[in-house]
Amino acid sequence: MQYRLGSEVKKDFPILSTVLPNGKRLVYLDNAATTQKPIQVINALADFYKFTNANVARSAHYLGEKTTIAYNDARKEVAKFINADQDEIIFTSGTTESINTIAYGWGDENVSEGDEIVVMTSEHHSDFVPWQQLALRKKAHFKVVPLREDGTIDIDTVKRYVTSKTKVVACAGMTNSFGIINPVEEIGHIAHKSGAVFVVDGAQSVPSMPTDVKRMDADFLSFSGHKMLGPMGIGVLYVKKSIIESLKPFLTGGGMIDEVKNDSTTFACAPDRYEAGTPNVEGAVGLATAIRYLREIGMEGILEHERDLLGYAYERLSSVDRVILYGPKNFEKRGGILSFNIRGIHPHDVASILDANGVAIRSGHHCAQPILRYLNVEFMATARASFYIYNERSDIDVLVDAIEDAKRRFS
Amino acid sequence: MRDFSDLYAEIIMDHQKHPRNFGTLPIFDKEVQMTNSSCGDQISLQVKFEDGKIKDIKFKGMGCAISMASASVMTELLKGTDVNEAKRISSEFIEMVTNGKAPVDDLKDAQVFSGVSKYPMRVKCATLAWHAVQKALSD
Ligand SMILES: Cc1ncc(COP(=O)(O)O)c(C=O)c1O
Repeated sequence: MQYRLGSEVKKDFPILSTVLPNGKRLVYLDNAATTQKPIQVINALADFYKFTNANVARSAHYLGEKTTIAYNDARKEVAKFINADQDEIIFTSGTTESINTIAYGWGDENVSEGDEIVVMTSEHHSDFVPWQQLALRKKAHFKVVPLREDGTIDIDTVKRYVTSKTKVVACAGMTNSFGIINPVEEIGHIAHKSGAVFVVDGAQSVPSMPTDVKRMDADFLSFSGHKMLGPMGIGVLYVKKSIIESLKPFLTGGGMIDEVKNDSTTFACAPDRYEAGTPNVEGAVGLATAIRYLREIGMEGILEHERDLLGYAYERLSSVDRVILYGPKNFEKRGGILSFNIRGIHPHDVASILDANGVAIRSGHHCAQPILRYLNVEFMATARASFYIYNERSDIDVLVDAIEDAKRRFS
Repeated sequence: MRDFSDLYAEIIMDHQKHPRNFGTLPIFDKEVQMTNSSCGDQISLQVKFEDGKIKDIKFKGMGCAISMASASVMTELLKGTDVNEAKRISSEFIEMVTNGKAPVDDLKDAQVFSGVSKYPMRVKCATLAWHAVQKALSD
């Protein structure tokens, strides 16, 4: 490995040297919401505008060619990153748009009355609401798989929920509420045995662990650039080649057509067919740069680094009075996300007091109300610290001190 | 947050520890339930009117210190006031917190929430009870 995760990569992230107006050094622990960007990605965006920018796949001039090449290269980079072919990669604005593209483009064509759609209780609203709404449109059954008490999925329960009527099984690679790594290969196997398509929400898992769409045998995989060092507004939808042509384009217009006549239109091949209008080329270029950066530091080491920080945070916090830690104790099933509460203090107040100490965390329902309701979490909300490649143990020391400060102020 | 007291003035901490008018009324004319969907704060408000005035008012709820203290301050301020006066005062409060309008004297203790306008993520916490009372007074 070329870099050491933690202090050494931190130098690449200009924003991490922020000092707050009150003189506190920023400790950024809100990576599950969005990650910061290394100077390499920031420069790639600036360079795109300085040296490349034109419209893509339309303009046969010097800059037009350069832009088209940059966009195609970005697609190749993304494909290689998840072991897919480049024509299986559709650029979107993010995970939410990717999943809606599946729910409308595939779901509306292939799900009918009486069919079943199966999702986990721990899904993010983005992998929950589009399926619930599809079920309502089609009068299909929306089945939500219950969890174990620690928030993990029980494979035998999934087996009971998936039947011959099931058309879609949707599941996150890693949950954003408690950072639980789901057994996607096993769930995919269950889905396929029943003839359902398997949809993976990779928004949290793709940034933290090596992803191989062939190994997990996903039919669809979605993820967002901004959670893996890339820009906001760019995301990916992977669709397995054997079914990509069965996806109906849900946006039509320029760039996605083959031939347009007054009374009919034929569409271009995938993936162009699914990218109507001028795409986010600089976003794709930024994402490809982020992927190259991640590849250089080594995807294999990221989860290990996150787990080291998680273990250290657990060690320090489990002895702190009034602190409740959520999720399984078995770290093998987890990434770098730690949801917690301080008994008697609302997580929003916790977040504000941590902020006064320079510590950025998220508080609230994390767009995952079903699991918080299901597990009866106090306040229906938690505070959530989430770690990434540039965090180090000293960040957690600051977090623990800030938690003590919160307890003191709300004694 | 620049400083703890920026958001959590002493009055706010006092009200969150010892909320006034917390509970339910045996008889009431209006009941309003409201939630702040972005963070899950909930309030249930009961109001009893008499001669065009707020005769009694109580709240129950679950939420952060800002939302609960704000509800407590609101009930203390509006109890006994004329309905039209209460409408005007609650509009003043919402203007102050949402748009950063300078606090007016009529708001008394509630003026301490003026700092919240600099924290857009907390504006909905501070205004929840005031939107609830506006609803109770309007329809
Ligand atoms: C598991 C999961 N799914 C979906 C999303 C939605 O991602 P985006 O907001 O980038 O579309 C998120 C991000 O919050 C997430 O963590």
